[in-house]
Formats: sequence, structure tokens, C-alpha cells
Amino acid sequence: MIRGRKARLQVFRIVAFVLFGAFFVVPIYAMFEFSTRGIGENAPRTLANWQAIGTYPDMVAGIVNSLELAAITSIAILVVLVPTMVWVRLRLPRLRRVIELISLLPLTIPAIVLVVGFWPMYQWLGNNFSDSILTLSFAYAILVLPYAYRALDAGLAAIDVKTLSEAARSLGAGWPTVIWRVIVPNISSALLNAALLSVALVLGEYTIANNLLYPNLQVSLVSLGRTNAGVSIAVAVASLLFAFALLIAISFVGRPRRMRSEVA
Amino acid sequence: MTAAGYPAVTGVGRPMVGGRRLSLTWLGAVPFLAYVGVFLFLPTLIIAVGAFFGEGGFTLSNFSNLSRSYIVTATVNSIILSAVTAVAGAVLGSVLTYAIATGNPKGVVRRIAVSASGVLAQFGGVTLAFAFFATIGPAGFVYLWAAQHHLDFYASGFWLYDLRGLEVVYLYFQIPLMVLVFLPAVDGIRPQWREATESLGGSSWHYWRYVAGPLLAPAFLGATLLLFANALSAYATAAALINQGGIILPLQISNAITSEVGLHEPGFAKAQAVVLIAIVAIVTALYGVLQRRTARWLQ
Amino acid sequence: MSTTRPGIEVRLENLSRRYSGVTALDGLNLTMAPGELVALLGPSGCGKTTALRLVAGLEDADGGRVVIGGEDVTNVPANKREIGMVFQAYSLFPHMTAMQNVEFGMQLHEVGVAERRKRAVDMLELVGLSAHVNKYANQMSGGQQQRVALARALAIEPKVLLLDEPLSALDAKVRARLRDEIRRVQLEVGTTTLFVTHDQEEALAIADRVGVMNAGHIEQLGPPTTIYSRPATPFVAEFVGLTNRLAGVVKGGEVEVRGKRLPLMKPDSTDGPAIALVRPEAVSVAADGDMSAGPLVGSVISTVFLGATSRVTVDLGDVTVLAQLPTSDVGAITAGTKVRLSLRTDPVLIARDEKAATEA
Repeated sequence: MIRGRKARLQVFRIVAFVLFGAFFVVPIYAMFEFSTRGIGENAPRTLANWQAIGTYPDMVAGIVNSLELAAITSIAILVVLVPTMVWVRLRLPRLRRVIELISLLPLTIPAIVLVVGFWPMYQWLGNNFSDSILTLSFAYAILVLPYAYRALDAGLAAIDVKTLSEAARSLGAGWPTVIWRVIVPNISSALLNAALLSVALVLGEYTIANNLLYPNLQVSLVSLGRTNAGVSIAVAVASLLFAFALLIAISFVGRPRRMRSEVA
Repeated sequence: MTAAGYPAVTGVGRPMVGGRRLSLTWLGAVPFLAYVGVFLFLPTLIIAVGAFFGEGGFTLSNFSNLSRSYIVTATVNSIILSAVTAVAGAVLGSVLTYAIATGNPKGVVRRIAVSASGVLAQFGGVTLAFAFFATIGPAGFVYLWAAQHHLDFYASGFWLYDLRGLEVVYLYFQIPLMVLVFLPAVDGIRPQWREATESLGGSSWHYWRYVAGPLLAPAFLGATLLLFANALSAYATAAALINQGGIILPLQISNAITSEVGLHEPGFAKAQAVVLIAIVAIVTALYGVLQRRTARWLQ
Repeated sequence: MSTTRPGIEVRLENLSRRYSGVTALDGLNLTMAPGELVALLGPSGCGKTTALRLVAGLEDADGGRVVIGGEDVTNVPANKREIGMVFQAYSLFPHMTAMQNVEFGMQLHEVGVAERRKRAVDMLELVGLSAHVNKYANQMSGGQQQRVALARALAIEPKVLLLDEPLSALDAKVRARLRDEIRRVQLEVGTTTLFVTHDQEEALAIADRVGVMNAGHIEQLGPPTTIYSRPATPFVAEFVGLTNRLAGVVKGGEVEVRGKRLPLMKPDSTDGPAIALVRPEAVSVAADGDMSAGPLVGSVISTVFLGATSRVTVDLGDVTVLAQLPTSDVGAITAGTKVRLSLRTDPVLIARDEKAATEA
């Protein structure tokens, strides 16, 4: 009786995984398939679409823009968050809940709503300072804030910030030294984690860039898609593979730190 | 107790006088607060003010403009799209969750399934649109294969780029999101409860009807609400799939910002944004309430 | 309680169960008399919980039968066997009050609202929780939750009551009190009960008979006093109570240990070297100067005060011996004192070759 029930359960599980697996894998495979099609019936697979990516200057410009934005945003968010979070842990514990709430707020505000408020701000910015696409990093830092905060919070929780900094201070270190040479090396994997998450998010961002009329990777991709499906899908696959690689990097970065804190 | 002229000492031993010492500490939080003040709260303020205040002060004219037929249609479409994908995503997602939860908690299958869900839940926007285009678009291999076998998906019209298409595409991230949100609750169901029900004379039906069902209902409902809010806020996927037009509210907001309309009626987009964020906020708050109930029973 | 059903006989016949190559139960046989409380005692992995779950129907047997009240229920699903079960933890449904938990089984049996409410109140009173009827599981202590679980299991008047280590997850003090409560309730209701535990004190305290299990079979089945004072195998002797292992030689129906000849529990054991298993209570301690106590001299390593009795650990040079005596007899014995040990001439059990099986 029990055996029968267990057997039925396994059958259900297999069927479920196969069906859902197909639903999720097929579209990804379809992108690979589409981007490697040759011309004409029964033509062999070709990487022509992939090789052609470089011949579309707007697309290349979009990719470069996004990479620059990713770098700037991830560095900027770390520069703002790390000292703040350390300081709050040491000196302003009452502010901790507030900072946490604020940092998680962007998760609940849709990007399409946020960009309505950004529009007049970026108009002003463009007229008075710069209309470079790189100013998007101001907005992007807000988008990555929740993810960076969570990653850094986990990293800081695993070390005793108070003791480390007091020890350093007692040895004569100034605050910049404490943060740069004592804290940062000990949360290196959390930093990397936060940076990688930020990069992934920035590279995939479309809503804000599109509505503020800046040509980042995703925006250029959509434009290219309207004229050349094959090459644009090749770019999409490339960005997918890159995101996948980032994810694997993130999961490897996370592990050693956890083991160490268990031993401690 | 203080004598006149002496600063009172608080329980922590810090001088209460708001002197230089205290504010230096607060200075440390200023960069962060200033930054979020400008780039998080200021945009929100701009939206709120712009929606409710016009040329002549406080006005609700922006909101009355929302009664334009295309806005009403878009809002209704958004709600339908979100509701359909929330319910479908919840039902399908809970089936998948059950399949995952009933396996070895430390097994490979589980770890892969959970990581994949984490990735796919974020997998929205442009890449998703392209993926479905490559699958069941007019040149997609699945469509072509089916057409070769006399099954034309688009016999009754090309639906990929309208509401029905979005419903299918949205499931791609709704189902994994359901797994992520609902799995912890399903994990909280103890095997002893099923065995206790059996020992008391109950069948599988009794177990689901009186024990597992009521216990999981708040989590299920909460997750459905979360899926609803998620779909309502989504912009990129629809924008990438649909070239022109604004069949859902986020697309209308985009039009309102970037088009001529936006220049002449700055409050229009903001009013729409207020409506969207209001719905999302209410739904999220309800989710929070249901979460607490779930945590109480299934922790 | 006037509405209890008379006790029912339960038989486990040749039960076996294997999990992926491991034999959990190996032809287990047990007959439980109506109204009896049998405790299955053993270390983890011995199969006691498996046996219980086979009686419950929560697992399928690979061989053998389960017979409840003369009816072969081996192929009857768990929810039709009319059993009552109390689990080690997480017994109660968290979304129901104590009252609702107890009523639940009766609800499934389609007992009328008024009657099941009355029975639930009676059962909760029986376990001493009348004041907690409307509380939820997370508002009650572990001990209280287990009482509710007991009331819930008994409310449906099961043919057999099954308890799967119900006290293991509780604090020591709660454990002792609840253990007696369970026995009191069981005696009052008269249901045949199977109680699984790894705690020998529990088993000895409340069972009518104890079945000591090891590696899938029962090594000895009998009343607690027999299990304790006349262990049938070295495993039983060492699992239940404390045991001293003293090297000796078997000769002619007796074993010679440290110059003293002790009768054997199994007088027909073959001659040769053996290990005598001696209980600490059988070792008496006397001052060094007391020559009448015999030639065994050693020095005390430690004295442990256990209340009415105390345990003295003595170093004989090549082996350490535990002695248990009334605290009033301990007197001036402290660490370092030289003492003389003598062994009471009770029949002893012997073992051969370090934990090997004993003679047939």
C-alpha cells in the first residue's frame, strides 16, 4: 500500500520534471538553434551570425556602454555601502533597521514607476551637466542596492566587525585604514558576490535605459532585433552565457567563506 | 538626576548634550542617506507631487485623465494579465514545488531545481522575449516543426505579440518565482502530520482537506499575490515583444513619458505610476500579513 | 472511563523489513496480551521503530504478519487499522487548538459534534490539561503537547496504542513525570500498548514486559526485573544497567574471578577463559583494614553522589570497577582511599571474546 503510493509519487515526479524541464529548456535551446542557422533549406549550422556581431557598430557601442556601466555601478555601490554599513554596525546600531529597510525598498518599487520620477531629473542632468549614458549608473546603483546590501550584510555578519576594528584602532589605524586594510580583505567574497550581482543586473537592465532613451546593451539589442533577428539572438545567447558564467562564479565565491566561519 | 548646568547622562553614558561629538557619528551615515535621498526618495516625491499638483496647486485632473479609454483598457489588461499569470503560475508552480519538495532534501535534483528557479525567476525582459520569438515565433523551430505536421499555432491569428502571448511568456518567470516563494512553506509540512492523520483514520483526501490544505493556504495565497505584483510591474518583456502600442499599463506609462503626450501633460505619466505603485503596495502588504500566518504554523 | 473497549491481543509474526540492502527487522516475533504495555528497548538502528511502524501500517513489511485482535491486518492500510499513535515530536496539528486536535480523529470517524466534544473534554481531563483546551501547539510546552497527542490518540478508542519514543524530545524532569502519567492513563484505559524507547530507565519503569532489541531481533523478552537481574545475553546485560567486565576462568559450572568463585547463570557453559559481567550493586566496598572482605585491593578513583545511592569507581591496577552502594555506607571513602572489594555470590552471566555472542 505504502509502496504503491511511493511508486506513484516517483512517477509523478518524473513526469513533472520532464514536462517542466522541457518548458524551460526548449526556449533557451531555440535561441541557440536560431542563431546558428545557415542560409537556405538544409544548410549546415554556422556561426555567421555570431561573427557578424562586430559589424554592427550600434550593437557594439551598446555592449561597451553596458560593460562600462556595470563596472562603474558595482564599484560605486561598494564604495557607498561598505563604509556606511561598517559605520552603522560600529556606531549607529539603531540606524541599522532603517538602513536595511531603505536598502530593500527598491525591490518593491517597479522600475517603470521609478523611471517616471527619473525622467525630469535626467532632463535636468542632461541640460546642466552631462548627457552621457554613464550617468545611468546613478539610477542603477539604486536598482542593485538591495542585492548588494544583502550580500554585504551576510559577509559582515560572518566576521566580528567590532573587535577587528577596535583592535586596528588600538594599534593606531585611522578609519580609512581600518576599512581598507582590515575589513575589506575579510569580506572579499561578499564584495565579489555583490559586485557580480550588480554586473548581472546592469547588463540585463532595459526598462530605465529605454525610457530615458539611452542606448545600453539591451536597448541596442532590441533595435537590432527589429532589423536582424539572427545576429540579435546571437547577442542574446552570448549575454545569457555570460550571465550563466557570472552565476557559477558567484556560487563558487560564496562557498569558501561559509566553511571558514563554521570552523571559527 | 541632574544639577542645573550639568549635562544629563543617559543610561549608556553618552553625554546628552547635542554637541559636536554626537553629530560627527551621524555624519558617517550621511553619504548613504544623501544618495538614496536624491535617487530614491526624490523620484518618488516627484511622482507624488507631479500627480497631485498641477499649475494651480492641488488637483485631481491627472487622475481624471486616467479615464481615457486606452488607459482604462490598458489597466484592465494589466490586471487580467497579472491575475491570469499569477493564478496559472501559482497552480503550475505549486505542482513543481511539490515535485521538488518530495525528493531527497540533500539530493542533486533538488539543488539544481532550486538554483534554476533562482536564475529563471530573474530571467525576464529582452532575452526572454527573444527566446520565445526563437521558439514559437513565425520563424521559431517549434512553430515550424508543428506547421510541418499540420498544426498551425497561429491559425486563429497571431497571438504571440498580444495579451495571450504575454500570458504564456510571463509563465516562464512566474513559475520559478512561485517555487522560490512557496517551497519553504511546503518544506515546513512535517511528515508526522500525514502519519498522524492516517493513524487517526484519515485518508489522503482528509489529509489535504483538513491538514495540509489549511496549513498551506496562506502561503499559497500570499505567493499568488506576490506573483500578481510581479507581473503587474513587468515592463521589459512586453516592451521587447511588442513594437508599438500600449496594451498594458507599464507600456502606457512608457508612452506617456517618451511621447509628445508626456511633454504636454507631465502629470499624466505620474498619475498612472501612482495607480500602479498603489496596487503593488496593497498587494505586497497583504502578502506580508499572510506570510506571518504561514511562519507561525510552518516554522 | 466507562466507554473503553476491552484490551485486544496483538501479534507480530515473523516480521521482516529491509531497506536498500540493510535488514532492519529479521523475523521478529512478539505476542502482546490484552491491556499489556510492552516496551521495545534498544539502541538506534536496532529496528524497534521499524517494528512499531509496521504495526501502525506506516510501512509495508517484506515478510511476516501483523495480527490485531485475531484479524490479519498486514495488508490493511494504516487508516483502517484502528491504531492510536503518538510520535516523538511535531505530533500536533499547528493550526488546531488542543481541543480541535483531540476531536479530529473522532471527526474522521463521523462521531456527532456533541459527543465528540464531550469525549475530547474527558480525554483532556484524563491527561490533566483541562485548562489548556483552547491553546495552540506553539503556546504549550513539549510535555503538554505530548499529553494532548496522547489524548488525541486515545479519543478514538484504538485497538492498540503505539508510542514512538514519546519522551525523547523532552527535558529530563518532564520526562520522568510524563512517563508515569502515560502509564497511569494506559492502566486506566486498558489499551494494549507498544512503547518504543532507547532509554532503559523508561522501559524498566513502566512496562509490563520489556523486549530488548539488537540488530533487528529481540534478544530478551520479559518483565523488567528479569531483564535487569537475569540478562540472557551480554548485550542485554550491558545495555540495561551498568556492568563491570571482569576477566575470569570458567571451571566446572563456576567462574573464578579474582580469586572468588561465582556461580554461573548458565551452569553448562564450557570451561575456559571468559569475561564475567557483574553489576555494580553486586560489588561491596570495605575499608582496607577489613580483612574479612577478601583479597581484592584497590584505590578509589572517584565517588559520585547519586542521591540514595552512590557510585564508587575503584582502580584495581589492571582494571577499573564500578561499585554501587547506599550513600550511608560510603562514609569516609574518597578519592585515593584504599579499599577492599568483594563480589556477591549471585549467578553471573559470562561473555567470551569481547562482545561476542554468549554460549547457547
